[in-house]
Amino acid sequence: MLLSLAVFAIGVFGFLTRRNIILVLMSLELMLNAVNINLVAISHYMQDLRGQILALFIIAVAAAEAAIGLAIVIALFRNKATASVDEIKEMHG
Amino acid sequence: MTVQLFFAYFAFAIVLLSVIVITRRNPVHSVLWMLLLFFHIAGLYLLLNAEFLAVVQIIVYAGGIMVLFLFVVLLVNLRDEVSVGRFIGASPTGFTFAVALFVLVFMSLRAFVLAPPGKYTIELIQQETHTKALGKLLYTEYLFPFEIAGLILTVAIVGALVLAKRRLKS
Repeated sequence: MLLSLAVFAIGVFGFLTRRNIILVLMSLELMLNAVNINLVAISHYMQDLRGQILALFIIAVAAAEAAIGLAIVIALFRNKATASVDEIKEMHG
Repeated sequence: MTVQLFFAYFAFAIVLLSVIVITRRNPVHSVLWMLLLFFHIAGLYLLLNAEFLAVVQIIVYAGGIMVLFLFVVLLVNLRDEVSVGRFIGASPTGFTFAVALFVLVFMSLRAFVLAPPGKYTIELIQQETHTKALGKLLYTEYLFPFEIAGLILTVAIVGALVLAKRRLKS
């Protein structure tokens, strides 16, 4: 669990500080993976499979989230030609 | 002893690789390190008797999501990114938040009590095979959430297509 916590903290750090929006999305994946590690570990020690079912759903939702996030990045890049979070200041195209 | 050794290796490798992933200057390097990270996480799942999840981890994350990331990194031209600084200006604040969260949860971990063990012991799972046990639970007790997950994936695919599609005439 300490391991999961450490990975989650690193993910939060990356999420809050990276300039490139793709790296921000990857930090998000990192955090989801940390939660998954925790779920599987507790599921193992509790001898209960429900944690692993939940981890399975998290993987599915993470895949959906990655697809949507990257589609937004592509649409953004087409409009603004930048992937830096500093330069995205307005929402209207 | 061997199990602890393996766990120590995986834990160390996972933390190290996560740090590497978020500090690389080149996003392509970052994605490739993350691939290695996902393989290590799959190894950890194997260690925790979750074979099916380990396989799903490799297929979905390493096979699907990472290829998607790699495509986008290559599609979006990031040549100037390498020269510009990696972190935003307010990065000390982000670092402080992350450390504060770590310390806070670390302190509260001491109060953690494990619930009484359930019925899925390792012997039972080995007897029934892991995938079968997981599938039985998934398709009986968790059938409705399973359907919802399918719906979410469909919506995501359609949404991604609509977002990324070039406008035919503007």
